[in-house]
Amino acid sequence: MHWPIDLIVLTFVIFCAIAAISVKDLLATAILFGAYSFMMCLLWTIMGAVDVAFTEASVGAGVSTVFFVAAIFRTSRRTKD
Amino acid sequence: MTDLLALIVAKYNYWLYVILMMIGLYAMIAKNNLIKKLVGMNIFQTAIILFYVSIGYKRDATIPIIQSAHGGQDAHAAVIHAADYINPLPHVLMLTAIVVSVATFGVAMALAVRIYQRYQTLEEDELRMRLVDIGPEK
Amino acid sequence: MKFLGFIVVCLTGALLLYGTGEFPDWGDPNSPASLHLSDYYIENAVDQTKVPNLVTAVLADYRGFDTMFETSVIFCAGLACFLLLRDFREKKERFYRHVPTGVILHVKSGKKVLKTGKEFEHMDKDWVPSDLIIKTVCRILIPFIQIYALYVVAHGDFSPGGGFQGGVIFGSSLILLAISYDLKTLVKRIKEKVLGIYAALGVLIYVGIAAICMPMGGRFLDYAALAPLVWDPHHVRALGMLGVEIGVGMAVTAVMAIIYINIVSEGRHDEGL
Repeated sequence: MHWPIDLIVLTFVIFCAIAAISVKDLLATAILFGAYSFMMCLLWTIMGAVDVAFTEASVGAGVSTVFFVAAIFRTSRRTKD
Repeated sequence: MTDLLALIVAKYNYWLYVILMMIGLYAMIAKNNLIKKLVGMNIFQTAIILFYVSIGYKRDATIPIIQSAHGGQDAHAAVIHAADYINPLPHVLMLTAIVVSVATFGVAMALAVRIYQRYQTLEEDELRMRLVDIGPEK
Repeated sequence: MKFLGFIVVCLTGALLLYGTGEFPDWGDPNSPASLHLSDYYIENAVDQTKVPNLVTAVLADYRGFDTMFETSVIFCAGLACFLLLRDFREKKERFYRHVPTGVILHVKSGKKVLKTGKEFEHMDKDWVPSDLIIKTVCRILIPFIQIYALYVVAHGDFSPGGGFQGGVIFGSSLILLAISYDLKTLVKRIKEKVLGIYAALGVLIYVGIAAICMPMGGRFLDYAALAPLVWDPHHVRALGMLGVEIGVGMAVTAVMAIIYINIVSEGRHDEGL
């Protein structure tokens, strides 16, 4: 496992997580959350857990983002904090 | 100094996972919007799954799919050494955890839509005020 | 409140960071997690079950009990979404659009449903003209996505994949149909009753295959007892695993579609994204 790739992807993951909970627009949160899931999937591929990465790619970066956007469509899009 | 450097190189992954878990926990406690709390819960869950899967990693080992068993003939030809393959047991347990997390996320989104239908807001402080005024659903 | 939360989080983080000092080194092959049971699985799983993918072998055979309850948890999630949101009241106001001229007809109340043929079409409240490129591309892509989903389910024994991943991909193809056309197309094509029966049938297949082992002489979930029923007794555990994965795939497909339809239309099954 190549440690520079590991460190770079982990840094991206932490930045995506902090950004996802800080923005005020919930649609931006949904997209950042999808990016966070995709970076997690990359991390697991780097570690050799291919089944877990496949599941997270299909579930987190796919279906979970769609549920999130569907729920925002039916509730409000802005948030106070 | 080299002792500290050796410690950092051996353990820096665990420290970054703990930081990710704490980001998720902070979002669950301190954010006002219900959907932000949900995002924090999901970050917490995936960080724990990441930590668990990282326990099974072995240096210089390959993915847990046995190559010599493909092709139809029985795999008695090659002897399988356990140190050559990554530990598959955490992967199995975490597959179940990911499935349960997506099911929980779906139900939580349905609950959020229902709350918005009734109280017209998703912010926690406004919800608390409107709960006193309107009253819970009968 | 935020400051208090920050203090609590910092304290918990400090405690956990102190605890990581006790962990085994990163990537150590002799860590306690990799020594006792997983060695047995790695060395003997292919001999006993004839399935090269160790994760699927452990998931569907050695730990099949956990997977059975995981499938029932997914089914319960779909059931919960249906029970929370489903609204059976008939919607009173409807919008119709005259296709040649673009005139919109707004029916405010009344039970009579106008028949929509070639000239009038039923319209959502926030209607956008449908895009030809999106409709055509998605219409071509959806069958290929479904074939890929079936491939992932069938090859779960030999490559990364399995029942759950294939089921989610199939469910996303149905969601793609709902997004690119509109929700009514999906609901008309696959009715709600069919989706519910499909989900329950998936769980029933799993528990059924596990329960049939008992009259055949084995214990619950003991696939080796099914040897007289299959065409290749040498590979009976792999075939039992395949049947069980198909059950999981069916349940997951139906539940993903049920959750999406109920959330995006607030239970009314008429309008959508």
